[in-house]
Amino acid sequence: MDWVTKFLDELWDFIVQSLSDNVPLIVGSVKAIVIAVAVMSVVPGLVWLERRLMGRFQVRLGPNRVGPFGFGQPMADTIKLLFKESIIQSSADKFLFHLAPAVVVFTAIVAFAVIPFGAPFEVFGQSIELWGANVNSGILFVFAISGMGIYGMVIAGLSSNNKYSLMGGLRSSAQMISYELSLGLSALSIIVLTGSLSLMDMVVAQESVPFILIQPLAFLLFFIAGVAETNRAPFDLPEAEQELVAGFHTEYTGMKFAMFFMGEYINMVTMSALVTLLFLGGWNTYGIPIWPILAFAAKVVFLLCVFIWLRSTFPRIRYDRLMTFGWKVLLPLCLLNLLITGTLKVL
Amino acid sequence: MPTDYAFNYTAVIVAAGFGFGGIGFTFILSRLLAPKRPSLMQTIAYECGIIPEGQGNTKYNIRYYLFALFFLIFAVEAVFMFPWVVVFLALPSSAFISMMIFLAILIFGLAYAWRKGVLQWR
Amino acid sequence: MQLFLTSLTASIILFSSLGVVLTRNVVHAAIFLLVTLIGVSALFLVQLAEFLALVQILIYAGAVIIVLMFSIMLTRETEQTAVSNNTGKLMLGGVSLLVFAGFCFAIFMTDWIIADYVSNEAGRFVALGKALFSDFLVPFEIASLVLLVALVGAVILTREGREGA
Repeated sequence: MDWVTKFLDELWDFIVQSLSDNVPLIVGSVKAIVIAVAVMSVVPGLVWLERRLMGRFQVRLGPNRVGPFGFGQPMADTIKLLFKESIIQSSADKFLFHLAPAVVVFTAIVAFAVIPFGAPFEVFGQSIELWGANVNSGILFVFAISGMGIYGMVIAGLSSNNKYSLMGGLRSSAQMISYELSLGLSALSIIVLTGSLSLMDMVVAQESVPFILIQPLAFLLFFIAGVAETNRAPFDLPEAEQELVAGFHTEYTGMKFAMFFMGEYINMVTMSALVTLLFLGGWNTYGIPIWPILAFAAKVVFLLCVFIWLRSTFPRIRYDRLMTFGWKVLLPLCLLNLLITGTLKVL
Repeated sequence: MPTDYAFNYTAVIVAAGFGFGGIGFTFILSRLLAPKRPSLMQTIAYECGIIPEGQGNTKYNIRYYLFALFFLIFAVEAVFMFPWVVVFLALPSSAFISMMIFLAILIFGLAYAWRKGVLQWR
Repeated sequence: MQLFLTSLTASIILFSSLGVVLTRNVVHAAIFLLVTLIGVSALFLVQLAEFLALVQILIYAGAVIIVLMFSIMLTRETEQTAVSNNTGKLMLGGVSLLVFAGFCFAIFMTDWIIADYVSNEAGRFVALGKALFSDFLVPFEIASLVLLVALVGAVILTREGREGA
C-alpha cells in the first residue's frame, strides 16, 4: 500500500503548489466573496438596529417578539417578503421592471467592494489587505458607481407604466444628481490634503489628526450630501409613504421591493464607511488600545446610529426646498471650501 | 500588463457577479415560493385604488431637465478638478491661478443662473 | 489576453449599439446606449487608462444618459408611436455609412502619437495633472468657456418666456 500514500503525498503537493502559485487570485476571489456575503448579511443587522433605535427615539420598544431583543425580526421580514406574490401590471416593461432593483443592489455592492477595513496584515507570509479590491482611484470609483445607482430609480420609474412611479423616479433622480455634485466637490478638499485618490492613503494621512478637525465644513457638507444621496430622512421624499404613493417603487412587491431597501441600506453603510475613511481617521485608534478593525467598525456603527437619529429627529424637507438647498447652499459652500483650502495650501 | 491591477478589477467584478448571483437566487426563490393568484385588478396600474385614467401625459416641470444639464456641466467641471487636486502640491503657483480662472468662469455661470431665478422653485 | 478582452468589449459595444438603432422602444434604446458607453469605459480599462474609464462612467454613463433619460421621462406620452417605413431612410443609411467609412479611413491613416507609458498608476495620474496645466492649459481654459456657454444656453432654453418667448 506504499503507492497509495505516495500518490496522496503527490496529490497534496500538487494542490499546495497550484494554490500557492495562484494565491493572489484565490485570495482576491475569497475576499470578494466574503465582502459580498458580509454586505448582504449586514443589512438585516441594520434593519434591526434601525427599528430598535427608532423605537427608542419614539419612546417605545422596538420589535421584541421575534427572538431575544427582536433579533429575529429581519429574518421574519425577509421570509414574509419572499412569500409575497409578485404582481406586475400587464403594460409594464417586464425586463426593465426586474432590472431596476438588480441595478440598485449591484451598484451598492460594487461600491462597497472597494472600501478598506483595516491596514494590511500578514498571514502565511502573504500580506492580505482587508479590501475587496485595491483600486487606486478609490474615491473616484465610488462616485462613479454611485452615479450609476441613480439608474435603478430611473428605470424603475420608467418601466412601471404608472404616472406616480414616473414622477417619483423623476423627482428622486433629480434629487440624487443634485447632491452627488456636492458629495464629490466636498471630497475634493480632502484630496487636496492627502494628494492621492486612494482610500488607503487617506487613512494613512490621518495618523496624527483626523481630518474632521482640519476640515469641519467639508465634513458637514459631505455628511449632508451623503444623507441626501442615500435617500434617507430628512431627504427621503422619494420613498415616503405619504408622498406620491411611495414614489418610484409603487408597483413593486415582495423581494423586488426589498431589493430597493437592501440597496439603500448597503449605500448607507458605504457612505458611513466613506465618511469614516475621509474624516474620522478610518481605522486609526489614536492611542486607544483596541484592534484597528474594531475602531473602524465602531466608527461606522456610530455614524449609522447618527443616520437613524437624523431620521427620527428631523421632519421631511419639501421637495422645492430640497433642490434649492442642494443648488443654492451646498454647491456654493463646497466650492467656497475648496477655494479656501486651496488658498491656504498654496500660502 | 500589471497583474495586480487586473486582479483588483477582477475581484470587483467577481464580487459584483456574486452579488448578482445572490440577487438572482432571491428572485428565483421568490418566484418559487410566492403564490400566484392572477386577477384583473393586478394588471392595472395603481392609483390609490381607483381605475387610472388618462395616458400619463401630465405636464412635467421643465426644471428637471435644467437640473440634469446643470449636473452634467458641473460634473465635467468636477472631473477637471480631480487631477488638479491630486497634483496640487507639485504644481507651480501659476497652475493655481489658472484653476482659479476656470473656477471663476464656472462660478460666474452659477451666479448667472442664480440671478435669473432658474435655481429657485425646484 | 489583452486581445481577448479588447475583442470582448468591442463586441459588447457593437451589439449594444446595434440594439440602440434596431429597437423600437425609446427606453430600451437609452438602456442600450448606456451599455455601449459602459463598454467604452471597459475598453479604456483594458488599455489601462483607469482615470479615463472612471471619467467615462462618471460623465457619459452617469450624466449624459441621465439627461437623455430625463428628456424621455418628460416627454413620455403614449408609447409606441408608429414607426414609418419610408425609403428615404435607406438613402440616409447609405449616406451615414459613407460618413462612417470616411471616419474609419481618417482614423487609420493618422499617425497617432503614443505617449510614454508611465508604469506606476499614481504616477500616471500625476503626469496627467501636470500635463493638464503645462501643455494643455489653453484648451483647459477654453473648455471652461465652452461649459459656460452650455450653462447659459441651458438657462436661456428653460427660462419661462418673459420677453415674449
